[in-house]
Amino acid sequence: MTALLWALVVLPAVVGALLCGAGRRADRVAPAVAVGTAGLVLAAAIAVAVSRPAVSVPFLPGADLGLAVDALTAVVLPAVAAVTLLVLVFSAGEITGARGRFFGLMLLFEAAVALTTVATTLPALLFAWEVMGATSYALIAFSWRDPDRVGAGTTAFLTTRAADLGLYVAAGAALAGGAGLGLDRLADAGGPWLDVVAAGVLVAALGKAAQLPFSFWLSRAMEGPSPVSALLHSAAMVAMGGYLLLRTAPLLAASGWADDAAAWVGALTAVALGAVAVAQRDLKQLLAASTAAQLGYVVLAAGVAAVSGGAAHLVAHASTKALLFLAAGAWLSALGTKQLPALRGAARRWPVVGVPAAVGALSLAGVVPLSLWASKDEVLAVAREHSLPLYVVGLAGAALSAAYAGKVLWILWRRPPAAAESGYDTERPGTRQVGGLQQAPLGVLAAGAAVLGLLVWPPVGTAIRTALGETGLPRPSVLEMVLSAVLAVGVVLAVGRLPLPEPRWAAGWLGLGTATQVVAVRPVLRLAEALARFDDRVLDRSVTAAAVAVRGAAGGFARFDDRVLDRAVEATGTGGVRAARGAAVADTTGFDGAAEGVAAALRRLGDLLRRTQTGQLHQYYVQAAVVLAAALALLLLTR
Amino acid sequence: MLSLIVFLPLAAAVVLGAARALPDAVSRWTWLGVTVAELALVAVLVAGYDTPPDGGLAWEERLRWIPSVGSSYHVGVDGLSLPLVALTAVVFCACAVHALKDARRPRAQAALFLFLQSTCLGLFVAQDLILFFVFFDLSIVGMYFVIAGWGHGGAARSALKFFLYTFLGSLALLVGFIGLYLAADPHTFDIPELVAAAPLADDAVAGAWVLGAILLGLAVKTPTVPFHTWLPPAHTDAPAIGSAVLAGILLKMGTYGFVRIAMPALPDAWQAWAWVVLTVGVVSVLYGALVALAQTDVKRMIAYTSVNHMGYVLVAVGAAGVVADGAQEARELAVTGAVTQMVSHGLITSALFLLAGVLHDRVGSYAMADFGGLAAPAPRYAGLFAVGAFASLGLPAFSGFVAEFQIFAGSIGATWFAVLAVPGILLTAALFLRAYQRLFTGPTAGRAEGFPDLRTHELLPVGGLLLLSLLIGVVPWPLLDLIAPAAETVVGLVSR
Repeated sequence: MTALLWALVVLPAVVGALLCGAGRRADRVAPAVAVGTAGLVLAAAIAVAVSRPAVSVPFLPGADLGLAVDALTAVVLPAVAAVTLLVLVFSAGEITGARGRFFGLMLLFEAAVALTTVATTLPALLFAWEVMGATSYALIAFSWRDPDRVGAGTTAFLTTRAADLGLYVAAGAALAGGAGLGLDRLADAGGPWLDVVAAGVLVAALGKAAQLPFSFWLSRAMEGPSPVSALLHSAAMVAMGGYLLLRTAPLLAASGWADDAAAWVGALTAVALGAVAVAQRDLKQLLAASTAAQLGYVVLAAGVAAVSGGAAHLVAHASTKALLFLAAGAWLSALGTKQLPALRGAARRWPVVGVPAAVGALSLAGVVPLSLWASKDEVLAVAREHSLPLYVVGLAGAALSAAYAGKVLWILWRRPPAAAESGYDTERPGTRQVGGLQQAPLGVLAAGAAVLGLLVWPPVGTAIRTALGETGLPRPSVLEMVLSAVLAVGVVLAVGRLPLPEPRWAAGWLGLGTATQVVAVRPVLRLAEALARFDDRVLDRSVTAAAVAVRGAAGGFARFDDRVLDRAVEATGTGGVRAARGAAVADTTGFDGAAEGVAAALRRLGDLLRRTQTGQLHQYYVQAAVVLAAALALLLLTR
Repeated sequence: MLSLIVFLPLAAAVVLGAARALPDAVSRWTWLGVTVAELALVAVLVAGYDTPPDGGLAWEERLRWIPSVGSSYHVGVDGLSLPLVALTAVVFCACAVHALKDARRPRAQAALFLFLQSTCLGLFVAQDLILFFVFFDLSIVGMYFVIAGWGHGGAARSALKFFLYTFLGSLALLVGFIGLYLAADPHTFDIPELVAAAPLADDAVAGAWVLGAILLGLAVKTPTVPFHTWLPPAHTDAPAIGSAVLAGILLKMGTYGFVRIAMPALPDAWQAWAWVVLTVGVVSVLYGALVALAQTDVKRMIAYTSVNHMGYVLVAVGAAGVVADGAQEARELAVTGAVTQMVSHGLITSALFLLAGVLHDRVGSYAMADFGGLAAPAPRYAGLFAVGAFASLGLPAFSGFVAEFQIFAGSIGATWFAVLAVPGILLTAALFLRAYQRLFTGPTAGRAEGFPDLRTHELLPVGGLLLLSLLIGVVPWPLLDLIAPAAETVVGLVSR
C-alpha cells in the first residue's frame, strides 16, 4: 500500500515532467495521457483513503519526508483527485495549443497537491507547497505572449511566497522550540517558539487561501485559463491553505491566540470578500472573490476546531466552484466573454451548461438541501458555541454568498436581450460551441455540488466525526438550519427584484492590490534601485578611488624618487665630481706645487752650497770659524 | 589517488601548452577527455569513501615539502571537501563540453582551464595552509588570464580589478595563516594539527586579529558585502565558461575556507565574532538580492545573486558559532545546509552563467532591454532558463531548496537573528521572475527576433548541471549523508 501512496505523488510528477519536457512533440497525446494518469491517481487516492498507509523516508538530517493518510486526508484527497480528473477532461476539449506544456504542468500540480494532502512533516509540506505555487505561476502565465498574464502569474507567486516565508520561519522555530519537524508535533514547541510556529503556519495558510489581507492575488490569477481557475484557484491550491489550518488546528489551539485569529480572519474574509463578489461584473472575478469568501468558512472551522465541518465545506466547495469556473470557461470560449451583463440569458441558450451552473449557484447560495448549505451550517454551529459575534458575522457572510450567487443565477436565466450577440466576442472570438468533453464534467460536478452535504449527515458524517474524534462537537440545531435556509432563499429571491449595490471599494477588491503596490512593491523597488546606485557610485567607486589613491601615492613616490632621491644621488655625484676636480686642482696646484717648490728650494739651496765649494783654503777657514762661532753662540744661548 | 586527481589536469595542461602544432579539434577533445577521466576518478573516490572515524581524513597523503617552516604536502578529503571536489569535476566537464565549438585559441584555452582545474582540486584537498595558499593564488592567476584572454568588453580592466582585489585579499589570508603558524607550538602550517591544537584559544586579542585577517581574505573571495564589487565586472566581461568556473568553483574557495580553517582552528575567536559573520551574512543576503533586483543586465544580475546565495552560507556558519544550550542539532543542520548550498550554487549558477553566455554569443548583449519574447524563437532556451531560474530561487525539487531550508531551519533554530535573512528568498523570486518576464515573455522584439535556439553543445552541459541539481533536490540524502558527519565534527570543534 505504501507503493500506492508513492504512486499518488510520483506518477503524476514523472508523467507531468515528461510532458513538459517533450513540449510540442507531446501535444497530440498529452490530453489522453494526462486524463489516464489522473484516473490512475484517483484510483490510488480511493485505495489509500481506505487502507490508510503511512511511510517515511530520509530526506534531511533529522527531518524525514513523511507521508500518511489519516481521516482528514481520506476525505479531501479523493475529492481533489476527482476534481482534477474532471477538470483535465474538460481541458481536453478546451485547450488547443501547447497541450504538452499545459497538461504536463497540471499533472505536476496534481502531484504537488497530492503530496500536500499526505504530508506529515514540514519539509514534505513545504516541498509540495512551493511547487504548487510555481505550477500556479506557470499555469496563470500559460499564454506567455500576453505580458499582463505573466504579470498576474508573478503577482500570484510572489504574494503566496511572501506568505510562505512563514513556513520557513516556523520550521526554524520548531527546531529551536524542540518540537522537531513533524506536523503533528508542532504544538509541542516550547515557550515563545510556539507562538512563532503558529504565526508562521497561519500566515502561510492565509496567503495560500487568499484570505485577508492577501486576497488580491486571486483576482489577478483569473487571467489564467478557466480550467486552471477551476482546479488551482478554487478546488485545490487555494483550498490547501484551509486544509493546512485544519491539519494544524491543535497547534492553533495550543498557542492560545492563533485559533481565534484564524476564526476571525476567516469570518471577516467571508464578509469582506463576499461584498467584493457582490460588486463584480466579471463572472470569473465574482467567482474568485467568492472562493476567498467560502474558504473563509474553512479557515473559521480550523479556528474553532471544527475539522469535520471544515473538511466537508472544503470538499463541497471544491465541487461547486470547479463546476462554476468550468461553466464560466465554457461560455468564455463559446461566447468570447465572461462579463455578466453580456452573459444575460446564456443559460437559456445553452442549458447543457446552464442547468449544472444553476445547481452550482444554488449550492453556493446555500439553498436547502444542497451541499454548501449543510456544510456551512456545520461550521457555524461550532462557531456559535465559541462566540455569538463570530456566528453573526458568519451568517452575514452566508447572506452575502446568497446575494452574489443569486446575482449570477438571475442574470444567466433571464430572457436574453434581442441584441445579445453584440455583447459577445469582446475578450476573444467565441466558437459558439460547447463540446461533449466540456459538458460531461459539468454534470458530474453538479451532482457533487448537490449531494456532498451527505458528508455531514449520518451515516457518512458520523463516521468522519468519529474518525476525527469530534463526536462531542455541537451540531446545528433545527432552528439554525431553518434560519440559514430561509436566509439563503430569501436573499436569492430578493436579488431578483432589487438591484445590488456595486460600490467602487468592493468592485476594486478593497484596494488591496493597490495598497500592496504602494506599501510593499514600490518601496522595495525604489530601495533596490537606490542600493544599486549606492553599489555603483559609492562602494565600487570607493574601491576604485582607493586604487586610484594607491596609484596616486605610487605616482607621488615615483616623483619623489625622481625629483628628490634621484636628484640627491645625482647631486651627490656632481658634488663628488666637483670635489674631485677641486681635489685635482688642489693636487696639481697645492700638493704637487708644494713638492716642486720644495724641490726647487732644495735645488737653489744646493746651488748656494755648491758656491761655497771654492777650493781656496782661506775661505774654508773663514767658514769654519763662522760655524764654530755660531755653535758657540748656540751653546751659550741654550744653557 | 588524490595526487593523481589533482595533477592529471596539470600534466595535460603542460602537454597541451607545449604541443604548439596540435590541431584545434585534438585540443578540445583532449580537454574533454581529461575532464571526463577526472569525473570518473572522482566517482571512484566518492564510491569508495567511507566517513572516517573521529572526523579524520580519507585518502590522506603526506610528503616532506618545506620542513624548515613545518609545511608538508598534505592532502586528504572528508565530508566537507569531497562534495566540492566532485562539484569541481562536474563543472569543468560541463565547461569542456560547452567550449567544444569555441573557435578562440582552443589549445591555450584548454591548457588554461586544465591548469585552473588542478588549482581548484588542489585547494579543496589541501590539508596544509601553505599548500592551500599556493592553490588559492594560482587560481587567481589562472582566472585572470581567462578573463583577460577570452573575455569581452572591458575584459582587461575587469581582469585586472579581479586580480588585484582578490590577490590583496589573499595577502590578508597569508597574514592570518602566518599568525596561526606563529601561535602554534610547535610552529606548523598543517591544518589538522592546527585544528587539534586550536592555538590562540586563550589569547582573545591575538585570536581576533588572526581571525580578522583570515575572514577578510575569505570575505573578498566569497565575496561578501562590502568586498563584492570586483564580482559584477569580472562576470560581465568574462567568457561564459569563465563565469561558470568563477561563480561555480572559485567563490566556494572562500566559503570552504570558513568551514575548513577559520571555524575549527579558531573556535574561541569564531564564537566571539560569530555575530559579525552572521550580520555580514544577513546584509549580503538582503543587499545582494536588492541590488540584483535593480539590474538591467542579465549577467550582472546573476552575479549579484551569487552575493545573495553566498550570504546564506555566511548566515549558516555564523549561526553555527552562536553556541547555546540545546541548539546543537540546529547548528549542525545549518552547517550541513551551508555545504549543500556551496554544491547547489555551484551547479545552478554555473548553469545560469552558461545560459546567459548564449545571449552574448548570439547577439553580443546581456541587456534585458534588448530582448523580449525569446520563448517564441528559442523554446528550449526558455525552458531551460526557467528551470535554472526556479532552481536558483530555491524551488523545492531542486538542490537550492534542500540547502536553503536547512540553512534557515538550522540558523533560526540557533539564533532568532537569522530570521532577518528569510526575505532574501522572496527577493530572489521577484528578481528572477522579473528578468524572465522581460527576456522571454511578451511579444518577440528587439534582438530576440530570429534568435537561434540552443545547440547540443550548449544544451548538454546546462541540462546535465540542472539534472544533478534536480537529483539532489529530490533525493538529497546520499549527499547529506556525506556532509552531515563532517558538519557535526565542525560544530563540535567550534563549540570547544
